[in-house]
Amino acid sequence: MTKLLQTIVDGLGVGSTYALLALGISLIFGVMHLVNFAHGELITVGAYTSYFFFLHGGSWWWMPVAIIGSAMLASVATELVAFRWVRNSSPFTLLLTSFAIERLSHALWQIFVSPKQRAFPKPSWVFNQFKIADVSFEVMDVVTIAVTAATLVLTAIVFKRTLFGLSVRGAAEDFDAARLMGVRANRVISGAFAFAGFLAGVAACLIIMRSPAAEPSMGADWLLKAVIAAVIGGLGSFTGAVVGGLVLGLLETLTRAYLPDLADGWDKFSTAVVFVLIAAFFVVRPDGVFKVSRAERV
Amino acid sequence: MLEVDQITTRYGAITALHAASLEVGAGELVALVGPNGAGKTTLLNTVAGLLRPATGSVRFDGTDITGAEPASLVRSGLALVPEHRRIFKDLTVEENLRLGGSTAGKHDRHTRLDEAAELFPVLRTKWSTPAGYLSGGEAQQLAVARALMSNPRLLLLDEPTLGLAPTMVDVVFDLLQRLREQGRTMLVVEQNATRVLHLADRGYLLRTGTMVATGTGAELAADTHLFDSFIGTEAPEPST
Repeated sequence: MTKLLQTIVDGLGVGSTYALLALGISLIFGVMHLVNFAHGELITVGAYTSYFFFLHGGSWWWMPVAIIGSAMLASVATELVAFRWVRNSSPFTLLLTSFAIERLSHALWQIFVSPKQRAFPKPSWVFNQFKIADVSFEVMDVVTIAVTAATLVLTAIVFKRTLFGLSVRGAAEDFDAARLMGVRANRVISGAFAFAGFLAGVAACLIIMRSPAAEPSMGADWLLKAVIAAVIGGLGSFTGAVVGGLVLGLLETLTRAYLPDLADGWDKFSTAVVFVLIAAFFVVRPDGVFKVSRAERV
Repeated sequence: MLEVDQITTRYGAITALHAASLEVGAGELVALVGPNGAGKTTLLNTVAGLLRPATGSVRFDGTDITGAEPASLVRSGLALVPEHRRIFKDLTVEENLRLGGSTAGKHDRHTRLDEAAELFPVLRTKWSTPAGYLSGGEAQQLAVARALMSNPRLLLLDEPTLGLAPTMVDVVFDLLQRLREQGRTMLVVEQNATRVLHLADRGYLLRTGTMVATGTGAELAADTHLFDSFIGTEAPEPST
């Protein structure tokens, strides 16, 4: 029971990070029909930003601001410099552009910083533990879940209550109809990239606090998981992205925790088992949990 | 108020609109009729900025708006209720309306939400319902209400009765009549040609991308020759 509870808390911790990233991917897919494979690079940008700040005597107190700010800037910049110019091209062109940005980002960090990992100190409390009724929790897990919950509430408020949020949702459903309402295409897309950058920045903070190091290709693994989470939930669905992230996180930690009990040496297969389960899920529900309806077009 | 001068609009190699001209004066209701594929929707979409004409010009209140962005046209007082309504199905009725009023200030937006609730009592009862759950007639009223949220001086309506049940067609025509009485300037594309022409001050007949006739609504409606040769396919009016 104790083990199960701890595993679930672990899973929710990892899963909520996936959820934040998947939400950003879903958001950009909604307004641009682009699966942004450069989204994971925002984590890398956040990590190098913290590394440079530490080199110059920065502290963890205001680091989240620097990480989130840099991720937002980088996100908006990729749109301005790259995606804007191919916005009306085929989805395939958009996809290739995002791959190009991802590769370019890896190369630039390798050339201008180092191909090797750059580590810096983590906040002292991260791996502290506390106990509630014999179950011990890591402080960081609780922080992760709390921060994610707060971020999701904020996201819900933005998309439900503000005109910006309505514009993004309207544009995601039917871009031309949104333009007819007075929504400016450039502004709503820039805004969506800024918000996706904010979400990736929050995720980056949580990731970097746990393992404070910067590496050129560190975003790639997270990106893959986030894309899977977004697709599980149903690309373009905000609720789906969150559900997909949490489900993926739980699946990962549960298989890692319980597979070795089933048979010796099975722990090596935990990732494989997760992917097989996901593949099976897509056979049953190719559109994900929350299928996104598109406006009727003629 | 609106002067469309010799516009030609193409989709790739296909010319959908060939040097078409049209005028709408302040306070007028102008009907644009013609068979399917005549280019009526293309004309409205070109005026509203969704399409860019290859040649020709569009002037609104004396200002050249040829090729302007829809977002800035809304701000200058021109709104389109597009073909197939294109309401935001995932958004609630209220959210659709708020987005429709996105160019207005907060105060104006609130006032107009109240006005919409008054003008469209059907919508009031479904304020928090996702628009995807509305019936065809309700959805059409929402589409018009949403366009009115920007308080346009010129309202373009594209096939507002398409796919509606006969009773709902009556509701939409009543609505057009009311908007006209309020002095709203309108350009309406409509499949119920006879009926809209009887309501309209003036009308234009468009066929395969070319304007073939113009006159007062009554003149066009009375000209059976035109109807036989150009509209022909129109279903007989239900007697009411």
